[in-house]
Parts: sequence; structure tokens; C-alpha cells
Amino acid sequence: MNLDLAPQYVAFRDECRQWLTDNHPGRIGSMDTAIGFEEHRAWEKVLFDAGWSVPAWPSVYGGCDCDLIEWLIYEEEYWLSGVPGRVSANGVSLLAPTIFNFGTQEQQDFFLPRMASGEHIWAQGWSEPEAGSDLAGIKTKAILDGDDFILNGQKTWCSRGAFADWIFCIVRTDPEAERHQGLTYLLVPAETPGMERRPIGRLDGEPGFAELFFDDARVSAEHVLGGVGQGWAVAMAAAGSERGLSLRSPGRFMAAAERLRALAANVTDLDPRLRDEVVDAWIKAQAYRWNTYQMAADLMEGDEIGPEASEGKVFWSELDLELHATALRLMGPMGEVAHAGNDWLDGYVFALSGPIYAGTNEIQRNIVAERVLGLPRR
Amino acid sequence: MKFSFTDEQNMFRETVRELFADRCPPDAVRQSWDNDDGRVPGLWAALAEMGVLAVLAPEAAGGLGMNEVDLVRILEEAGYAGVPEPLVEHVAVAVPALAEAGHAALEAAIAGDSTITLNLSGEVIVGAAADAVVHRHGDTLQLVTEWQADEAASIDQSRRLGVLTDITAADPLDGADPDLAFDRAALGTAAQCIGVARRLLEATVEYVAERHQFGKPVGSYQAVKHHLANVKIALDFAAPLVYRAAWSVAHDDDPAARGRDVSMAKAQASEAVDLAARQALQCHGAIGYTFEYDLQLWLKRAWTLAAAHGDVRFHRDRVAAAIGI
Ligand SMILES: Cc1cc2nc3c(=O)[nH]c(=O)nc-3n(C[C@H](O)[C@H](O)[C@H](O)COP(=O)(O)OP(=O)(O)OC[C@H]3O[C@@H](n4cnc5c(N)ncnc54)[C@H](O)[C@@H]3O)c2cc1C
Repeated sequence: MNLDLAPQYVAFRDECRQWLTDNHPGRIGSMDTAIGFEEHRAWEKVLFDAGWSVPAWPSVYGGCDCDLIEWLIYEEEYWLSGVPGRVSANGVSLLAPTIFNFGTQEQQDFFLPRMASGEHIWAQGWSEPEAGSDLAGIKTKAILDGDDFILNGQKTWCSRGAFADWIFCIVRTDPEAERHQGLTYLLVPAETPGMERRPIGRLDGEPGFAELFFDDARVSAEHVLGGVGQGWAVAMAAAGSERGLSLRSPGRFMAAAERLRALAANVTDLDPRLRDEVVDAWIKAQAYRWNTYQMAADLMEGDEIGPEASEGKVFWSELDLELHATALRLMGPMGEVAHAGNDWLDGYVFALSGPIYAGTNEIQRNIVAERVLGLPRR
Repeated sequence: MKFSFTDEQNMFRETVRELFADRCPPDAVRQSWDNDDGRVPGLWAALAEMGVLAVLAPEAAGGLGMNEVDLVRILEEAGYAGVPEPLVEHVAVAVPALAEAGHAALEAAIAGDSTITLNLSGEVIVGAAADAVVHRHGDTLQLVTEWQADEAASIDQSRRLGVLTDITAADPLDGADPDLAFDRAALGTAAQCIGVARRLLEATVEYVAERHQFGKPVGSYQAVKHHLANVKIALDFAAPLVYRAAWSVAHDDDPAARGRDVSMAKAQASEAVDLAARQALQCHGAIGYTFEYDLQLWLKRAWTLAAAHGDVRFHRDRVAAAIGI
């Protein structure tokens, strides 16, 4: 064990911090609106041009070959600086690891640099009206016709699907096959004829969800990722990234915990019960951090992320909610007042969805019980 | 930055785990309750032989010259085995305090010829049959060698309590820092809490997989699964804070940072072990509520260790002060 940061990491941290301070774009619109989405795309380009959009990727694809520790430091600095969030996250955190793992050379060369620069912003097309937690129940069909698949069916809850450039979908290519069989991972361009995208307002009223309707939509078979019929295996690899540290690194929660701490420090006559809640949330953010550094040490030794990622998903989503709910309580009657400076309120509304998306926390607890603890499935 | 234990540390832990499994199984713990001194016969000598008592003593004094990072998982194993000896008190606190004070009692302490317990706050001492007590006296530590205490019964039979009424002979331990002693005690107790929680979880997972009701293992019911998943999550997010605090105690010269890290660890470890105990009992049903069934060995450790050397509230308050709220 050595918890001292080596000089090169200290220098790296300083470099991150300096760049983020110098290039902070100020407040931009919500990424769940058409205008804010484009503003976020522009920010992605700024990051990319400076080499900061995908630091952990190989440099040939626009990254800077950072190791895991550097990436964690970068994330800590990123969130602490208060620059806008990442509209590219679905692509970079969920799809990219899958492309690195399963993509052909052509796919990697085509998609990765465009993802890094923000030219392609990706959305996730998994859920359907009849298939949420039970993802293996999806029905959207894709039937091969020459060099193309013909898609029919419907996807829903697709985050920013109305604005995205590409959508990574899981579809049923063998209608005879049941459940986990006969599924295929398919990369679908937003401008596909026969696909209609309809925005749905989220809880806050912004059009951040989309429904996708496929009516004989034609998608080239070149865009299959990981082989026809391999969709379940590919999706589960992506789900590991979704639950684990690639989507939600500790930096995000440490920054929120720091803001909560500062908020509490400014309250005069702080109620001791509230103080206790603030400290509890603050400690949990540190716990998430150290759990992650432990995992990072294992990963750097060559281990792979297993079902424990589900523990992390439960922990970060409930931590996020606790951080934001505590902040609103600290604000008292002002907590509900929606104005541009009340990021805690927007954050709270979003945090409410954390226990639902990326696999609900009930499903994660099932996974922890069955696959980590080994309890009987039935 | 590398947050993991070395192969040597893991091997040491494994060896101690085997020793406890062999010399300190539940039957031996129960027998210790009926002994005059509350000890497991031969265990202390075996720990001395293995070097466990000397981990925090410098090599020049005949110790292993290791630090809290080397020790933390061994104390976790003591919790896992439900060891009824005042091990944390002796190994994690008294030995380094004696070493820092250059006190002659160190030699016997690391050789296993004596047992030294603690009295850092309040008047209750644990391991009342010990030979000496490291006692906080204002801003200093003392080694109390003669004292009077009234016997008191803990809910946890593995803890022999004494309520200190008089001190009749004591040596000053100049050079030993009482705040550091407290942090070491809290860290060691937190490590034990993690071990106790692991054991409770393991025993319960095993039980619910075997026990059938309505024709199925009770562990197949989702309510039971989610209780135990919650314990696993609490445990896996508390343990890293304990290891991190061990590093701080060993390497951080800033007492405020050290205290903050130790308090984060103890707060989370106390909370995790408390949850583990509640869910272990609930998922066992009535069998867990008996004196005869061994679960009680760890349930009682959980209740007392969660509160020992500062409970959740105490340590959260300390973190609050450290981070300026
Ligand atoms: C903010 C947000 C963004 C999202 N973004 C996307 C996206 O970009 N792309 C996408 O494809 N999807 C997205 N989703 C959808 C998300 O993946 C689903 O909501 C999630 O998988 C749950 O499915 P469901 O909503 O149909 O709930 P259901 O599956 O109907 O579940 C309802 C309730 O029943 C419980 N339940 C279900 N099955 C079990 C079980 N076996 N054991 C115990 N409890 C169970 C659930 O935990 C939940 O509490 C998003 C959701 C949200 C809230």
C-alpha cells in the first residue's frame, strides 16, 4: 500500500486543474434541451481540441493514454471545477468500452475518433415499453435483407435520443429464439429512414427522453457490434461499465460532497441532526472514493470488474440522492425555489432517477445477493 | 498510489486466521467465559510466538517493526474469530505506547508474558484480568500496575469488565501520545468490527441457503436477499475506509488528518457491523435468539464494539469538526 501521490500524479493534477480553470465555459444550457445539447457538443469539442475529452483512451483515437489513477484524478478535478457535465457520457462510458472490446478495426477507426470529438453523440436504445428491468424481453425485430437489417418495433426512455447522432440498440435478430438468445447489438444512425424519434418530457419537463419508432427502418449490417446473435453478451459487458466506475467515478460525488460541506459551513446555528446528515453523506463520498481506489488497484493488476459493480451502483445512486436531499434540507424553504443558481434542486430531481436507470437498485441487490453472495436463485 | 495489501501482508493474515480457526473456535470462546481470567488457554503464547504481539514494536526492541497497515487485517481476523482476549488494547495501543515511552514493560508485553489493557475514556476497563492498564491521565498516558476495580458484567461474555475505583501504582509514559493512543484504539476496534460483520454475513448466507420454509431455501426470498445485499454493500464501503485510516495512522504526521480518517473509518465500521448484526439475527429467526447457538458470539461483539472507543455519533462529530462544520 502506498497512498502518497507520486510527483508525476501531483503534476498531472495541477495541469488538469489549471486547464479547467482557464477554459471554464461558464454556465450553459441543459443538455436535455435542443439548444443546450448543442452547447454541450461545443464544450466537447473544446475538451477534444485540448486533448481532455477522453484522457484514458489511446492517443490514436484522441486520448492521452492516461492510466487509471490519472483518470480518477482527472475526474476529481473535472467535477470539482464545476465545468458542464458530459453529453458524450453514454458513448464514452458505455459504448466505447464495448467498441474497444468487440468492435472490428474498421469500427474502432470510424467511431472512436468521432465519439471523442463530439461529432457523434450517442444515445442508448435498450429499454422498450414492455422490457425495462427484464431486458431479455425486448421485441424490436431486425431481419436481415441483403446487406441490411430491417427494423420494426419501439424503444423508449432513450436519454437525449431526440438530439443524438447515433443510437446503440439491442434488437432481436432471431424472432424464433427466446429471451437471451437471438439478440444483436446494432449501431443505428439517427437519420435512418423509417425511424421516428419523439421526445418525452422528463420529470423536470425537459424533453430529455425519446421514444423511437421503427417502421421498416433499414440499417446496414456493417453496424453490428460483436456479431449477430451475440447481443446479450455484448450488452452485459456494457452494463458492467454502466454500473461501475466508468459511468460514475468518485470525483462527481466528492465534488458534490465538498459543495454540501461548504453549504453547511455557511449555515449559522446548524441543527445538529442536519450536521450529522451532512457528515454522513460526506463520509460516504470518501468511502466511494476509497472503494474505487481499491478496485483500481485490482484492475491495474489485471483483474476484471465482476458483479461487485452492482454494489457500487446501489451505493453511488443512493449517495447522490442523500447528498442532494440533505442540501435541500439545509436550504429550508428556499430549497424548492427553481432558479438558475439552484443547482441542488436540478441535481436532486436527477438524483431521484439514479436508483432507476442503469438497472434498478432492486435488480442490483438481486445481483449482489445471487452472484456476489451466492444465494439460491429460486 | 496503490491501495492494496502486499502478498506478505495477505500471507500473515492467512496464518493468523488459521491460528484462530485452530486455537480459538467458538467452543474455546465459550470455555473462556468460565475461566477465572476469561482467556483462551495457550492462545496468547501462540500469538506471541507468531509475532502478532510484537507487530508494532520496533526491531531494536525485539519487535517486528511493522506498522498499522500490517496490523489492520490481523485485527480484522480477531473480530472474525470472536477472539475474547484484549488483543486490540494490547497489540494496537499498549505495545506502541510502551515503545514510544521506552518503558521496560515492553519486553514482557511482546513476549506474551503480560497482557496490558486500556482505559482511555470513562472508568470502564475491558479485559479486567490484565496485568497492567494504559490509562489516560489528563494529557498524558500512564501505565497503571496496581489498581482497584469493581467487577461488572457485560452483555458480551467475552468482555470482562472492571469499573476502576482507585489507582495505587502507576508509571508515567512520557513520549506516548494519548490522542494517538485513542486513534489506534478506534482504528483497531473498527478493524474488529469489519471482521465481526464479515463473520455474521458469512454465517447468515450459509444458514439461509440451508434453511427451508414453504419448500424453498429462505435465502431464495427476495426480502432476505436484499437484507443481506445491504450488509454486503455496507461492509464493502466501510472496509476501505478502515484500511485507509490504517495508512493515515502509520504515515500521516498531521493529527487532525489522522483523527478525521480514523473517525470516518470507525463511524462506517460501527454502522456496518450494527446492520450486519440486525440482519443476521432477523434472517436466522428464533434460532439466532438463543444462547446455545453460536451466532450470539458475534452479535454481542457487534453491539459492544460498535460503541467501543466512540460510537457512530461521536465519530461523526469528530469528522464534522475536522471538516469545518
Ligand atoms: C433518467 C432515466 C434515464 C434513462 N435512460 C435510458 C436510456 O438512455 N436508454 C434506455 O434504454 N433506457 C433508459 N432508461 C430506462 C431504464 O433503463 C429503465 O427505467 C430501467 O431499466 C427499469 O425499467 P422500467 O422503468 O420499465 O421499470 P420496471 O422494470 O417496470 O420496474 C418497476 C419496478 O419493479 C421493480 N422490479 C422489476 N423487476 C424486479 C425484480 N425481478 N425484482 C425486484 N424488483 C423488480 C423495479 O426495481 C422497479 O422498482 C432511463 C431511465 C431513467 C429513469
